[in-house]
Amino acid sequence: MRYIVRRIIFFIITAWAALTINFILPRLMPGNPAEVMIAKFQGRLNPQAISALEIAFGINVHQNMLIQYVDYLRRMISGNFGISVSFYPTTVAKVLSQAVPWTIGLFGISTVIAFLLGTILGIRTSWRRSSASSSVVVPLSLFLNSMPYFWFALVILYVFSFEMGWFPLGGAYSSNENLTGFALIGSILYHAILPATTIIVTAMGGWLLTMRNNMISVLSDDFVTFARAKGLPDRVIEYKYAARNAILPSFTGFAMALGFIISGALLTEIVFSYPGVGYLLYQSVLNIDYPLMQAIFLFITIAVLVANFIADIAYIFLDPRVRTGSE
Amino acid sequence: MKYILAFFKNRKAAVGASLFIFFVIVAIFAPYIAPYSPTYMGFTPLQSPNAKHWLGTTATGQDIFSRVVWGTRLSLMVGIIVGLIATTVSVIIGLTAGYFGGKVDDILMTITNIFLVIPGLPLIIILAAYITVKGIWTIIFVISITGWAWGARVLRSQTMTLKNRDFVKASTVVGERSSHIIFFDIFPNMLGLIVANFFGAAIYAVLSEAGLEFLGLGDSSAVSWGTILYWAQNNQAILFGLWQWMAVPGLLIALLGMSFALMNFAVDELTNPRLRKR
Repeated sequence: MRYIVRRIIFFIITAWAALTINFILPRLMPGNPAEVMIAKFQGRLNPQAISALEIAFGINVHQNMLIQYVDYLRRMISGNFGISVSFYPTTVAKVLSQAVPWTIGLFGISTVIAFLLGTILGIRTSWRRSSASSSVVVPLSLFLNSMPYFWFALVILYVFSFEMGWFPLGGAYSSNENLTGFALIGSILYHAILPATTIIVTAMGGWLLTMRNNMISVLSDDFVTFARAKGLPDRVIEYKYAARNAILPSFTGFAMALGFIISGALLTEIVFSYPGVGYLLYQSVLNIDYPLMQAIFLFITIAVLVANFIADIAYIFLDPRVRTGSE
Repeated sequence: MKYILAFFKNRKAAVGASLFIFFVIVAIFAPYIAPYSPTYMGFTPLQSPNAKHWLGTTATGQDIFSRVVWGTRLSLMVGIIVGLIATTVSVIIGLTAGYFGGKVDDILMTITNIFLVIPGLPLIIILAAYITVKGIWTIIFVISITGWAWGARVLRSQTMTLKNRDFVKASTVVGERSSHIIFFDIFPNMLGLIVANFFGAAIYAVLSEAGLEFLGLGDSSAVSWGTILYWAQNNQAILFGLWQWMAVPGLLIALLGMSFALMNFAVDELTNPRLRKR
C-alpha cells in the first residue's frame, strides 16, 4: 500500500513539474518569445484573444508572479489550455483531441509489439549464446538501436512508397474517397504499416539487448543450475525459471524508456505526415503557436506518466517482493 | 593498462573503437579530405553523383561530399561534449545520492526520476522553440539538460552496493572524509560503468542533435549531418531521385552511434563477468 501511495505522490510531483516548466520557460527567456507570436498574429486575433494570451504568457501583466502562477495552475487543472493561434479560433483542447487517437493507436500498438518481439528474441538468443544467430543479432540490434528513427523512416518511405509504390507517401487514411466501415479501417491499417514498422524495427533492438543481458545473468544463478540438476525440461527452465525473473528489469525499463521511444515516434509521424501529436507539435513549432506547443508537451508527459503508473501497478503482480514491502 | 588491453582484445570494442578513430581522423583532417569548401554554392545544383562530386550537389549548388566530411566535426563534437557534461552531472548526482542516502537520496532521486519520465525530445523541442538565439552551444545545453538522468540512476545503485563493501567501511572506520571516500574509494571502482555511461549519453546526444537539426530547430546554417538531412528533406531530395543526399548522412549517424554502442556493450561485458562468453 505504501508503494502505491509513493507512486501516486511521484505522479503528482512530476505532473506539477511539467506544468511549472511550461509556466517558467517563456518568462525566463530574454525578451518574452510570446510577444513575437502575438505580434505575428496581431491582425488575425480579436482583442479578447490577445489579452488572454498576454495573461497566459505574462506580458503587460502587473500582477506579481505568484498570483500569475496560481491563476495559471487553476486554468490548467480545469482543462482550459487557451486558444490555438495557428488554428484560430479553435481551442487548443479541440485541436489536440483530434490528433491524440492517431498517436495512441499507432504508437501504443507498435510499442507493445516491439517490446514483445524484442523480449522473445532476447530470451531465444541468450539461450543459444554460442550459435551464429547470437553473433549476428547483437551487432544488428546495436545498429538498429543507434540509427536515427526518422532516417529509417525516410529510407523505407523512399524504397517502399516512392520507388516500389506499394504504400502511400503519407497521411493516416485515404483522403479523396468517401470511405466507410471496413474500407476505412483497411485504409487506416494500410497507411499505418510503414510508420508502425519504423517504430517496431527501431525500438525492438533495445528490448532484445536488455532481455538478453538479464537472461544471461539469471541463467548463471544457482536456482537455474539446480533446476537443470533436477532434470527439468529446457522449456520449463527457459521460460518458467529464467525468463520469469529476467523480465523484471525489462519491465521497469519499459516504463522508463517510453519517454525515449515516444521521441522517436514523434519524428516518425513527422516523416510520414501522420496526423498525430508529433506532427501537430512540429506544425505548432513552425507556426510559433506556443499555447498548442505547451499543451502537447503537457499531454505527452501525462501520457508517459500514466503508462508508468500502470506499469508500476502491474509490477506488484509480477514481483511479490514489492507486495510484502521489502523492496 | 591491463583493462585497456582487455578492452581492445574484445572484438566488439575493437570494431567500435576503430570506427570512432576513423571519425575522429575525418573530423580533424576535414579541410584536407574535403575537395571543396562546405559552404561554397557555385556548382550546378542537384547533380547526381559523378567523378567531380562523389555524392552530387545540393539544391543550392553545394558539394554534398564536402559537407558530409565537414559535418563529422559538429556531430562528433556534440556527442563528446554532451557525453562529458551529462556524465559529470550523473556522477555528481548519482554518487552523492547513493553515498549519503536518506533525505538527500530522496530529493535527488525524485528530481532524477522526473527528468527520466519527462520525454526528452518534446522538452528539447519546446526549449529550442523558446530560445531564439540558435547556435551549437544552445543545442549542447538543451540536450545535456535531458541526457543525464539515466546515468545518475545507474551510478546511484552501484554506489549503494559499493558503500557496503569492506574496503569502504574500512575507510569510514579510519575516519576519512566523505569526499575522500567518494572520490578515492568509490569512484575508481566504478570507472567502467562511468565510461559505459559516457558512451550511452554520447549516442543519445548524436541522435538528438540529428533529430533537432532535422526539424530545423537547430542552427540550419551550420554544417552537420543533421542539417544536411534537413536541407535534403526540405528540397525534396527523394523526389529528385537524389537518395544518396539522404542516405549517407543518416548512415554515418547510425555508424557513429553504433561505434559508441559497441564500446558501451564491450565495457559492460568486461565489468560484468557473467556476460562474457563461457
